[in-house]
Amino acid sequence: MLEITNTRMNHLIDPSLHIWGWEIPVYLFAGGMVAGMMLILGFFFFKGREKEVDCVCTNLPLLSIIILSLGMFALFLDLEYKLHVFRFYTTFIITSPMSWGSWILILVYPVLAVSLLLRLPKFVSKLIPKLEQYSNKLKSNRKLVKSVGILNMVLGASLGIYTGVLLSTFQARPLWNSPILALLFLVSGLSVSAAFVHMIAKSVYERELLAKADNAFLVTELFVIFLFIIGMVTSTKIHQDAIALFLGGQYTAVFWIFVVLMGIIIPLIIQSLAISHKIKHTPLAPIFVIIGGLILRFVIVSAGQYSSWY
Amino acid sequence: MARYGMAIDTTKCVGCMDCVVACKTENNVPEGLNRDWIQTIVNGEFPNLTMEIRSERCNHCTNAPCVNCCPTGASHYDGGGIVLVHHDLCTGCKACIASCPYDARFINPEGYADKCTFCVHRVEEGKDPACISVCPTYCMTFGDLDDPNSEISKLVKSRNNHTVLPEAGTSPNIYYLIGGNNA
Amino acid sequence: MNSISRRRFLKIGAATAGVAATAGALSKFTQQAVKISSSVPEKGVYTIPTYCDLCFWKCNAIATVKDGKLWKIEGNPIDPMSKGRLCPRGTGGIGSYYDPDRLRKPLMRKNNRGQEEWVEVTWDEAFTFIADKMNKIKSEYGPEAVALFSHGIGGNFFKHLMKAYGTPNLAAPSFAQCRGPRDAGFRLTFGEDVGSPERTDIENSKFLVLIGSHLGENMHNTQVQEFATAIERGTKLLVVDPRHSVAASKADWWFPIKPGTDIALILAWINVIVNEELYDKVYIDKYAIGLDKLKKTVSNNTPEWAYPITGIKAELIRETAREMARYKPATLIHPGRHVTWYGDDSQRSRAIAILNALMGSWGRKGGFFSPVSMDIASYPYPEFPHSEKGKVDNPDKKYPFAHETITTGIREATISGKPYPVKGWFVYATNLIFTLPNEDETIKAIQNLDLMVVVETQPSEITGWADVVLPEATYLERYDDINVEFFKEPFISIRQPVLEPAFETKPGWWMAKKLSEKLGLEKYFPWNNIEEYLDTRLKNSGYSLEQLKKAGLIKGDKQPIYFEEGVTPEFPTPSGKIELYSEQLAAYGLDPVPRYRKHEEPPPGYYRLLFGRSPVHSFGRTQSNPILFDMMKENEVWINKFIADKLELKSGDYVILVNQDGVRSNKVKVKATERIRQDCVYIVHGFGHTSKGFVRSRGLGASDNQLVTKYKIDPIMGGTAQHLNFVTIERAA
Repeated sequence: MLEITNTRMNHLIDPSLHIWGWEIPVYLFAGGMVAGMMLILGFFFFKGREKEVDCVCTNLPLLSIIILSLGMFALFLDLEYKLHVFRFYTTFIITSPMSWGSWILILVYPVLAVSLLLRLPKFVSKLIPKLEQYSNKLKSNRKLVKSVGILNMVLGASLGIYTGVLLSTFQARPLWNSPILALLFLVSGLSVSAAFVHMIAKSVYERELLAKADNAFLVTELFVIFLFIIGMVTSTKIHQDAIALFLGGQYTAVFWIFVVLMGIIIPLIIQSLAISHKIKHTPLAPIFVIIGGLILRFVIVSAGQYSSWY
Repeated sequence: MARYGMAIDTTKCVGCMDCVVACKTENNVPEGLNRDWIQTIVNGEFPNLTMEIRSERCNHCTNAPCVNCCPTGASHYDGGGIVLVHHDLCTGCKACIASCPYDARFINPEGYADKCTFCVHRVEEGKDPACISVCPTYCMTFGDLDDPNSEISKLVKSRNNHTVLPEAGTSPNIYYLIGGNNA
Repeated sequence: MNSISRRRFLKIGAATAGVAATAGALSKFTQQAVKISSSVPEKGVYTIPTYCDLCFWKCNAIATVKDGKLWKIEGNPIDPMSKGRLCPRGTGGIGSYYDPDRLRKPLMRKNNRGQEEWVEVTWDEAFTFIADKMNKIKSEYGPEAVALFSHGIGGNFFKHLMKAYGTPNLAAPSFAQCRGPRDAGFRLTFGEDVGSPERTDIENSKFLVLIGSHLGENMHNTQVQEFATAIERGTKLLVVDPRHSVAASKADWWFPIKPGTDIALILAWINVIVNEELYDKVYIDKYAIGLDKLKKTVSNNTPEWAYPITGIKAELIRETAREMARYKPATLIHPGRHVTWYGDDSQRSRAIAILNALMGSWGRKGGFFSPVSMDIASYPYPEFPHSEKGKVDNPDKKYPFAHETITTGIREATISGKPYPVKGWFVYATNLIFTLPNEDETIKAIQNLDLMVVVETQPSEITGWADVVLPEATYLERYDDINVEFFKEPFISIRQPVLEPAFETKPGWWMAKKLSEKLGLEKYFPWNNIEEYLDTRLKNSGYSLEQLKKAGLIKGDKQPIYFEEGVTPEFPTPSGKIELYSEQLAAYGLDPVPRYRKHEEPPPGYYRLLFGRSPVHSFGRTQSNPILFDMMKENEVWINKFIADKLELKSGDYVILVNQDGVRSNKVKVKATERIRQDCVYIVHGFGHTSKGFVRSRGLGASDNQLVTKYKIDPIMGGTAQHLNFVTIERAA
């Protein structure tokens, strides 16, 4: 029987770490979602779907910019020394995922801006008619559109993986300390964005495609969660204690009910039925997926801080 | 190149927190926050008990995750391997706090990541860190672990000792001396 | 826009602009402190030596002021007691200066006593009021009707004032509520007591026995330093304690003894040592009397007899008795300090003294050294008036071996009016509500008074019961009397102001002198100021104030401190020898050799309440010190893990302790631990404050003294035993 006492009672550190509140999960969620949206967008550009009238790629760049900016604003709110925010961009630290992330985020914006130009939303072209000219010029270059597509996919994947890697490199927090976490966040970002795009898409083709894709992502996510848990359970005592938070510990209910059941299994069932045309497509399933994805970040960020070496 | 560290004799430490108080006044550490602390580990069942009392602080790790993860270069290795934070570079992103398995860091109310500095301002004057200079049990020794003739190197060589969470792979530089000689 | 709303505006502005929050909930303790006037240079670092006042040990310290702000305080390296290292309380001493709860102005009671409603008055108004009352008491009841309760060297000038006024009733709780039984027990045996700082030579001991002494948690600086040195040197350590104390964790033997049975264990050790003739024969033959009678009296107290009483196995008792003897005379059975436990404490202390005598440790290296001091002239005062009535605390020598005044005796007389009435209390730096057992009796006594004055630096429960509260400057802002230390090396030291007194606080010497003027006792304060007083004493002894101020302390020549170094063995008992058998006690019908008597045990569902110290607090006097408050905000009740499980309690839960008389404690946090026996619980003394003056520390933790409604009086010296209370544990709502 071990009895450990510690006189330290530091603000935000003790009795267990709670430095990160809602801002970081929201930021990770936004990042993951935008990552997925960029992958979808890039895929559509690559496939030449930007020529279709009802392609969702009209909306995605702008939505991505908005969502990502909201996420980055949340991140900014989390900074304790906000005036020093520019310090992220006066250096590049190769060992720091957060430094990588800062630079990826900066690269994402111009690509999204170019993507926006490729499929100008009407209100934008109305606002600045001159843009239409540039847009048409760009669009006519098929190679360029394809390249932008590839760039979107590459950056999207980078962003998605980064949101997971950010946490998984913190060896001090055993629950985060799994390479599978990066995969989980990427897949979750994909499922959330697929669900979202599925919800807002007007084209029946895209809707069906994304519903199918989302189901594939959800199944993959289930598998990745399984891998994540198995990886932890078969690892060291420290990691076993960490994953126990989900296997009977204090995060068990929220994880299994909200993340797995509500966020994955139920929407999976609903969407499978919708795909096989047994029921109509409703926004219910995607909303569940999106909420589940958000809760996943909250749970992982919170439980990860709770897990420790002691 | 020097590698500064501490050797702390747990057989003598009584856990009185003088080190904590001294750090507080020497460095004007804000209320509610501490750069060092006492960890007590009791093992066994009444009446067969053992207890280790440790004065703990930043381990000034040779492989410091806080330095690696810092996105701005604020956390860095200074002279003698002492891990310090440039206040003017720190954004308060807290990655370093999350990265430290010892939970040695915290956010100073002024916004930057804060922690033990090994009282570098005293060390530069040839003095011991404040925590050591007040210790009524003389249980702590500060010095250069790379110098085989330093008192600390001799202690680490001659006495049984351990570090905290060596399995975290951070190469901590604070050694806890325990009973018995390392014969 | 006034300044407050402007500040609010800035705060809101800052938050919305998203600027780093620099002034959040966590502000630096120094910023919390009020603006304090000082004559300190505005720039640069300067240091002043002084001696500490966080406890009574009086370690020499050096305070550092940086850019006009008190920065830190460290030990004075030339000090033989602190050796340049203060304890955590001393290191946190600057917090007493920055204490946000400090008393700031003289206060007079507005309504009833204890309601803590005050009118701020000028010093002159306060002194006039006090002097009028004192004169009235003197004319109606005589000067003896005023008593002084005082703790620490700061009380010297008030003691002097009271003697000049004509009362002999000057008491400190450190006798009847703390170390009195120990000193009585040792006096009866060796003719001298252990003193303070204790004459224990821990660093040179080869075998150290601690009976209930929790060195390391109890931070008597020199003792802890020597304890650590002893551990390093490989001293054998035996700790007798129902609790796995810090010291116990370092021990070669830990005896988790059943509370209240220590005498049985000590007698069994004596039995083995006497029967196996393991004692220091030469020493005993030469210096002691009564060995045969001792041997005869303890003949039945075998280890086998002690085992069922104490729970300590007979073979372990026998083994440790032999081990002890192996290291004699450097075997030190520590006499403890707070020893008022079960009512037969002088006898237990005598048993410890006898055991030490058998080891030949009194006067020997590694045992008890003979303290040395410097000769410093007293101030040439006129003779004090003689009291006809004598002291009030111990009528008819009811407690024949009380060699100091019994606080609780004064309290008793204040309640009963016998042997004569007591109508005025002066209280200096001691929180009687937390110190004297049975708080109701203390309050009853206070309600009988015509005058109740409290001198303090910070609020406390006793200030709440005062008619007049006189706010004293902290030790960092005042001079006190010269400390003429009795220790291993002779030295004198000075307390001098590092900064000017904050607010309207004043040093004690100033108050005493001003009051003397109001009372027409000026002739007893012939000096103009403290510097003049100190300088006179020092000049008359061959030193000067200037010299002492500069160095902080002056050492005298090294002198022998052990018999083996040339100290003449002297035992000022009636026989002139160490009295293993005490004719003195026999003459009063008391046990001439200590005997074990069974004490009441907790009924089922009750646990004996034990209490002790934290290294970061002194009594109940430091909880408002912001630095020390930050170290420990509340105490915890230690409950054996098995019992806690049974009561479905876990560490961190809050409980209420209810004693045998139905007194309920404040809520207190549980520490469920293997480190304590199942039949007792333990809390650190000094918490559970109720005074309104404690803004932050009020209501945090439980007060042991509040639960000590039952106490037993030591028939030898009048000490009040306090480990006799039993509590049940209720989950706090």
